[in-house]
Amino acid sequence: MRDPVRSPEGAGAPGAEHRRREPEGRDPHYNFAYLDEATKRMIRRAILKAIAIPGHQIPFGAREMPLPYGWGTGGIQVTASILGPSDVLKVIDQGADDTTNAVSIRRFFARTAGVATTTRTAEATVIQTRHRIPERPLREDQILVFQVPMPEPLFRLEPRLAETRRLHALADYSLAQVKLYEDIAQQGESASSYNHPVLVNGRYLMSPSPIPGFDNPKLDRNPALLLFGAGREKKIYAVPPYTPVKSLDFDDHPFAPMRAPHPCALCGSTTHYLDEIVTDDRGGRMFVCSDTDACAEAAGRAGAAR
Amino acid sequence: MYVAVKGGEAAIEAAHAWLAAARRGDPSVPELGLAQIEQQLALAVDRVMAEGSCHDRGLAALAIKQARGDLIEAAFLLRAYRTTLPRFTPAEPLDTGRMRVLRRISATYKDLPGGQVLGPTFDYTHRLLDFALAAEGAPPPPPAPEAESGVGPMPRVSEILAAEGLMRREPAGEEAPPPDLTREPLRFPAPRPLRLQALARGDEGFLLGLGYSTQRGYGNAHPFVAELRLGEVEVVLCPPELGFPISIGEVTVTECQMVNQFAGAGEAPPQFTRGYGLALGHSERKAMAMALVDRALMARELGEEVLAPAQDEEFVLLHADNVEATGFVEHLKLPHHVDFQSELEKLRSIRARVEAERAAPRAEAAE
Repeated sequence: MRDPVRSPEGAGAPGAEHRRREPEGRDPHYNFAYLDEATKRMIRRAILKAIAIPGHQIPFGAREMPLPYGWGTGGIQVTASILGPSDVLKVIDQGADDTTNAVSIRRFFARTAGVATTTRTAEATVIQTRHRIPERPLREDQILVFQVPMPEPLFRLEPRLAETRRLHALADYSLAQVKLYEDIAQQGESASSYNHPVLVNGRYLMSPSPIPGFDNPKLDRNPALLLFGAGREKKIYAVPPYTPVKSLDFDDHPFAPMRAPHPCALCGSTTHYLDEIVTDDRGGRMFVCSDTDACAEAAGRAGAAR
Repeated sequence: MYVAVKGGEAAIEAAHAWLAAARRGDPSVPELGLAQIEQQLALAVDRVMAEGSCHDRGLAALAIKQARGDLIEAAFLLRAYRTTLPRFTPAEPLDTGRMRVLRRISATYKDLPGGQVLGPTFDYTHRLLDFALAAEGAPPPPPAPEAESGVGPMPRVSEILAAEGLMRREPAGEEAPPPDLTREPLRFPAPRPLRLQALARGDEGFLLGLGYSTQRGYGNAHPFVAELRLGEVEVVLCPPELGFPISIGEVTVTECQMVNQFAGAGEAPPQFTRGYGLALGHSERKAMAMALVDRALMARELGEEVLAPAQDEEFVLLHADNVEATGFVEHLKLPHHVDFQSELEKLRSIRARVEAERAAPRAEAAE
């Protein structure tokens, strides 16, 4: 039966075509992965610096890309700089491989770098993501590249970059703590549901990018290298493997990740993050996994068990 | 059907095909040529070159055609192309004093050496729709009359004031290569060359509004147009391999120098200060707005109080770039359902808590 909520190029039924190399290969009109080598070297230096100071934002000379700002230009530049010809690339947006922007970015690298692409988390060496961390635990030989709209975790509290730079230097995060205190005092819990700030290695407050709070615990001591690229804001930051990452909270009000209290309608998972899909105009709802690959895997397991 | 929202490759292909057809429009109407755009929509080409930070009329015309006349989209196309080009070396400073002038006016003097040259301006036209233009195929207009003597040397008005000691001298530029906004991220506080670069590629409408606000009391400006000039200037390079300067061609630029009174502070006596605007092509509105905003942004260096939006360099410089701004505003069209889902769950949780609290006292009262 045709899956009602997945388009054909998503991670579909087990055994479907999930990995491919563009038949036409790399576009010879552009350098490998689009950027010139000097630019990639500059970005790799920023990445190394970022890894050396976990959670600290490194300014870099972000280039104008052929995709618009806000579409993932920071993530694309980071991916372009770390990609090698033997890498296997996975691109997700909202957890899914088949969302329009994920398709577009995957095609961009298939065309300009000619690398193999996949929808399977387990097969990928580099995963570029917008707004999610895959459900399947990552490994040491994998790199997760986040697209970041606003790298500054304090920007809603202090918009001036010269001032936030000073606050980071002093590790003065009282603004964020007072905000959290006020939320709890006024409504009993933190008001932030996504992009909840985290403290990296006990030192720098960091925006985890707009991932749901559900994904925040996955940042902590993750075996994979986590790289964050913000193109418009021209910043790169990183969480090296196994780095402690703690969501901002209070001892008596510990951080509480949230998830819709339902099983997935497709695979039955009770642990994956869910998308809520409106099925009619009479209040009908259906909940399905946001991570299309994890959903297909779980559905395969459930099918095999039956 | 939800599949349509998730899009996928087939949907993208179809959308691109539709876009191509919409771009061409009714095929019975003749296709627009790049030469037509470049010649007859010349000011659109100029704006795209200025905001696209790339002086190439042909490419700007192509970008306008490809963008269906959306000038911000066209500037974006030009920038995305520009980023792939190698960068050789900074040019020598343009000598606009030696400009081949097409237009030059000063609002501060009735007459001045070199005279007032109106040039091709809308300024004194009556804005009445010319229905004769709607009838195509008219013969080209006769050539405009030319001055008999040509124009003599045109000293800069700012120099006339500076010679009298009334104009604040600009601090000498540093010998180091100028900063390059396209290679290095903006840093704050931003030195003036960096600010001017950001303003030069900034959105005309944004700078116009900010410049206007300084005239209406948000920034305490009392500006005069000391000089506005439009013309061709030589671009001179000094390639390291040669070691001497060579001319590589001419570009058309619009330059505006605004004069502003300054009360003086500390050692500095009361004097005039200048705001500077320079734009590729014929872009007077842009050059003037830029000059107003440049002067407002000098508040910090001159020890003036920073009170108005136009004086706030982070606010101005980080929001003036229309390619950045349009990207971030329009990215809201991308799916955000994962974040929205967490907002839904959060709101439900908070509401459940509030409702439980509201219900509790009532239960107590009932006891």
